[in-house]
Parts: sequence; structure tokens; C-alpha cells
Amino acid sequence: MTAKLYIDGREICASEGDVLIDVAADYGIHIPSLCYMRGRPCLGTCRVCSVVVNGSIMPACTARIADGMVVEVAQPEVADMRRALVEANFSEGNHNCPSCEKSGRCELQAVAYEVEMVVSRFPYRFAERERDQTARHIFLERDRCIFCQRCVEFIRDIDTGHKIFAIHGRGTHARIDIDVVLADRMPPEQVREAADICPVGCIIEKGRGYNDPIGKRKFETRSIRDRVLEGDKK
Amino acid sequence: MMEDAIVSSSVKGRKLVIDPVTRVEGHGKVTVHLDAVNKVVGARLHVVEFRGFEKFVQGHPYWEAPMFLQRICGICFVSHHLCGAKALDDMIGVGYAGGKQITETAEKLRRLGHYGQQLQSHVTAYFYLIAPEMLFGIDGPPEQRNVLGLIEANAEMVRRVVALRKWGQEVIVAVLGKRMHGISSVPGGVNSNLDTAARDRLLNGTDDLIGVDTVIDYAQDALRLFYSYHEKNRDMIDNFAVVPALNMSLVDESGNVDYYHGRLRIVDRDKNIVDEMDYHDYLDVFSEATEEWSYMKFPYLKSLGREKGSVRVGPLARVNVTKSYGDDTPLAKAALERFHDYSGGKASDATLHTNWARAIEILHSAEQIRNLLRDPALQGSDLVLSPPEADWTGEGIGVVEAPRGTLLHHYRADREGKITFANMVVATTQNNQVMNRTIASVADAYLSGKETITEGMMNAIEVGIRAYDPCLSCATHAMGQMPLIVSVLDADGKVVDERVR
Repeated sequence: MTAKLYIDGREICASEGDVLIDVAADYGIHIPSLCYMRGRPCLGTCRVCSVVVNGSIMPACTARIADGMVVEVAQPEVADMRRALVEANFSEGNHNCPSCEKSGRCELQAVAYEVEMVVSRFPYRFAERERDQTARHIFLERDRCIFCQRCVEFIRDIDTGHKIFAIHGRGTHARIDIDVVLADRMPPEQVREAADICPVGCIIEKGRGYNDPIGKRKFETRSIRDRVLEGDKK
Repeated sequence: MMEDAIVSSSVKGRKLVIDPVTRVEGHGKVTVHLDAVNKVVGARLHVVEFRGFEKFVQGHPYWEAPMFLQRICGICFVSHHLCGAKALDDMIGVGYAGGKQITETAEKLRRLGHYGQQLQSHVTAYFYLIAPEMLFGIDGPPEQRNVLGLIEANAEMVRRVVALRKWGQEVIVAVLGKRMHGISSVPGGVNSNLDTAARDRLLNGTDDLIGVDTVIDYAQDALRLFYSYHEKNRDMIDNFAVVPALNMSLVDESGNVDYYHGRLRIVDRDKNIVDEMDYHDYLDVFSEATEEWSYMKFPYLKSLGREKGSVRVGPLARVNVTKSYGDDTPLAKAALERFHDYSGGKASDATLHTNWARAIEILHSAEQIRNLLRDPALQGSDLVLSPPEADWTGEGIGVVEAPRGTLLHHYRADREGKITFANMVVATTQNNQVMNRTIASVADAYLSGKETITEGMMNAIEVGIRAYDPCLSCATHAMGQMPLIVSVLDADGKVVDERVR
């Protein structure tokens, strides 16, 4: 059933129940996100796609289209809130873009540029996070994890469907873990997929990196905004 | 302006402090100790900052190390990047230690970036940091002895210097993707070749970029300036801080400098080979002394001990070690022959001949870059060697001749890919002993027995240090005049006078 809604005052028609972040993209309105991947189940973990829906703040990846919906994306307060959420990710982990293998194809970095983040307004935690490099082909750089849970939900053992990655602990004690036995059974293309869907440089493929020269890296050849608006799954 | 910084006659002795040393990379200070009759009894270069890169790279994935550790320096990052890359080559079983070599295209790309950096680094040091004294004199007005003074005195020369530096930077961009801290080398090779558009831009120039022929012309400016300066100040230049040291450089099979690879050769003043080694054996050959007053160590040859076994590295050492450049760099070859003729077949120990050597190397770099740009191997597509896992060694050592001299990176990683050990021996560290000798020599010549210490006298010490173009922190460093603080202390360490510039 077709619904009529308004995004930043613009009248838009879409099917009821569709995902707001997708509908906005279809109409050329970019809402950044760090966990949502078009065509995959919504995770709702990063909250970076927060917008105002009928006066309340909610993530655009969990909001479903309803008739008469009034959405504000560009409102300065909510735009600043999205920027704050991105900044919080930088403060919470230990991100070293200059030497990170994911630089240039890192979604956190690309989104930070997109929301025009300059520096984090929050004090850096400098959390101690132990790396896990025991898997044969995957190096887990926990310093960079933003707990999006993409790997947890979308990367599973091919034979059993069991999760290979999991988040243990809560709050400041939370950490991403890897089932080394299952990880070592991952075929190369699944290892590559795990590294690719990680929006940061937490899951990296051992011994591989910097293959694309500067200027030809993923988000340098086409911005994350263009990729989202053109229907890429990032 | 420092003329009134005189100690009262009642003090037993005094200590002069230059803090920080200006127009060098990084932060250091000099102390000169005078006794009651103003005789110099000691002079030291203190490096007062601590970096810690070798520690905090530990735990990172080994293939990120060259990107991580090049951030230690804003000037010679390409050298650090290449040194790290060579260490990683060793580690995965491609490096020279294992007898395999990266492809021709990969090695030539690495060399191209390296020479581009040497050109722009040497030009920066020579003109912006060192040339002011050539134009205005060691005791010239301090307000003139800087890049702004150069512009006022010779705007055309500075315009050519800017164009030359820009071209060197563009060579770096073409290879590493950006002017500073780019990425080219990966374990076993490089991630891109040089496309013909980038090559032609550098060869032919554009509306806002000079071409290679103009570069070769401008690259001779440093020599022209030195010859003119030398002609007028021969006695001072040839006798300023003549300090003994062995000379060390990477050399090729002919015994001439190779900035990217080779064996380490050490020669004495008579150019006799004191030692020559595969650099992978450096731990067997070198030891390091420490002093409580500096964070910078003092490397020396174990076989000779610290006093006789300290080496000089960098431009002067390289031209002292090298017999000849190749015929494919004819202008630099002729310039080197003129240097050797002047030195009478001996290695020069004259500190200010380092600037002569640096000028020769500016030209040498430019000619080498031109030759590489004309080499079709740079457009090759065979970029990376990927050896089987069984070739993994887990340890690698890389050495290159950085602009300031011999640079070494040494890494170990565990089988899971984590860096467990890193050691970096940078050129300025190798030069620590000879720099301290230089300071002592200049202090003795310029300050000893003098009642009044002038700013010009203190600057003479800095001139001696700047000849080495030391990178005291290996860090990005803004241009401009830094404050100079001279403190006069009595023999008990009490400050009796202080002046701030």
C-alpha cells in the first residue's frame, strides 16, 4: 500500500513497511550508517542513521514507512547528534587511520568525512584491547571494533550456520571474539567477505593489505554517499 | 644581541645552553661548559625528546609496520617506508637475506620514490636551513638568517628552490600517492607502477610544474652557491670543525654508494676499508653506548671501541666512500671528481664539506630520477612476489641510505603475524658521536677564552650541527624561527644570567 510521507519537507511516496533509510536513498537523500547493509536484516546497533520521525529521534534503519510520516534528516540538532555518534566511536576505540590497512575503504572513516567530523568532542578512552591473531587467516584488531555486529550476524559457518564471531561482555567490558576452530574452516572468499563487511579495520585478512594505491581506494574512487545513493550495499 | 650575556667575574665557571637548537629537525639543546678562565672544558648535544615507536608498534600486524613507522618522520618518511618494506620482504621470504629479489619494476619504483625524497629533503636542508649563513655569514644579523631573509636577498634563487622542491614532491606523489606518508611498498613489491601520464608530466612539465631538464639546471644551483661561497671563505670552510670519524655507506658491487641496497662499507681517512658487512649482521658488528644526559645513543664498531669506532654517515660519508658515480649521471660524476681532487685522495673530515657533498647529491638525485623516468621498466606490470608460506622467516632487516645517512629497521613477528620486536637505528644516531665532536671543536675555536659570548659565536655551534641536517626526533617540524634560550650558570649550576631570543 502506498504511503505519503515527508522528508525534510519534501513529499515522497513509498510502500508502507519499507525501510526508511532505503526509501530516503532512493530519493537521493543520504542518511549515513555504520551497521546497516541494504538488503540485509536491520541490526540497529550503531544509531548513526538517527533522524527525527514525527518528533521523536529514531534510527532510519529500523523505522518503517507509514502514511503521513514526517521525517527530518537535515535538522541541525539531529545532524549534530549523528556527528556526535560518529565521534564517540573514535573516542571509544583506538583508531589510527594513518597506518590502518583499511584506510581509504573504511566506512567509519568515510562516514566521518561525510558528517564533516574534524575532531571528537569526547575525551579519548585509550581503552586497552587485546588483539587476537590466533586464527589462521584473520587478525582481529579489537582496537578498531565499533560493535556493529555485522560479522556476528552475517558471517556464519557454512556447514552449521553457527556464528563465528560473537560479542562477549557488556559496556566497557564488551569485546568481539572469534571462534578460531570455525574461523579456520572459512574458505578464502568468506574470509575476504568478513573483512569487507567489517566497517572498520577490525577484521583484517592476514598478510594482505594496501593493495590499492592511494587515490584508487574504494571511497576515493566513489564516495560512500554516492555508493549508498546508487544502491550499492557499501 | 647576546653580547650582554656575560657572567660576572665572581663565578667559578659557567655553562652556556642553546635550547633548542634552531633550524634542525626536532628538538635538542647544546651545553657548553666553561671553566673560571672561560676555557671550554666540555660541550654536548642533548636530545631531550623521547618517541617510543619501537615499543608501540609491537602487537600490530607486521604488514602495517612500514606505514606505522614512517610516521616517525615528516621529512624522510620514504626512507622509513622502504626500510620497513625491505624488512618485510625478508620476513616473508622474498628479501635479499633469502636470496630472492623483488621484481625489476618494483625495485625501480622504490628507488624512484627514494630519489625523489632525497632531492626534496636535501634541497630543503641546503637552502632553507643552511644557506642563510652562506649568504649572510655565521655572525650576520639573526633576523636575516632565515628563509625570509633569503627571499629578500635573492628571490629568484628561492623561486627556483620552491620549484625544485615541488618537483621532488611530485615525484613522491607519483610513486606513493601523496606528498607525505604515502604508501607504495607492500611485502614483496609495490602496489602500483608508474603510468605514462605521471611519467610524462614529470619529464615534460606542465604549466605549473617544471620539466626534468629544468630540474637538472636548478639542481646545480646548490653547487654554484657552494663554489662561490667556498671561493670567498676557503680557509673558514676547510678548517671549521675538522673532526675525525670513520665513514659508512651502503655500497654496490663496485664499492660506490647505492642508496637503496648493498653492503655496508666503512672506510678510514685514507679510504682504507675498515670493515664491510652484510647489514643483516649489524648486531654482531655494532654496539651502542648511552649517556645519562641524552636520549640518543652512541653506536660504534665493537672491534674498535667507541672512540675509534664511531662512524659518520650521510652525504659527506657517502662521497668519501664512493669512488665514482656512473656515466649515466655525468654532471654529478664530474662534481664528485672535483670534490675528490680537492680532498687529495683522502676522506674529508671537514664538517662544512658536508654541505658540498649534499649539493653534489642534489644533482646526483636529479640525474638518477631522470634516468629512471626514461626507463620503460617503470611501466611494468609484474609488481609483487608472493612466496609460499613455507618461506616465512619471521624476521627482517632493511637498510637504505636515507638523506641523512644509513637507516636501519629490524623487525621480528610471530607466526600469527604480530610484531614482537622492532629496532630502528636512524642516521642521526649514527652521527651522534661525530656531532658531539663537532660541537666541541667549534666551541673550542669560537668560545674558548672569550670574555664575551656573542650570538654569532653561539650560532657557529648551530652551523656545525646543521651541517649534519640532524633529524633529532625524526618528526614533522614546522619552518620558522624557534626561540633560543641561553642560560649562564655558575659552576654550581645556579643560573646567573639568561637571555631569550
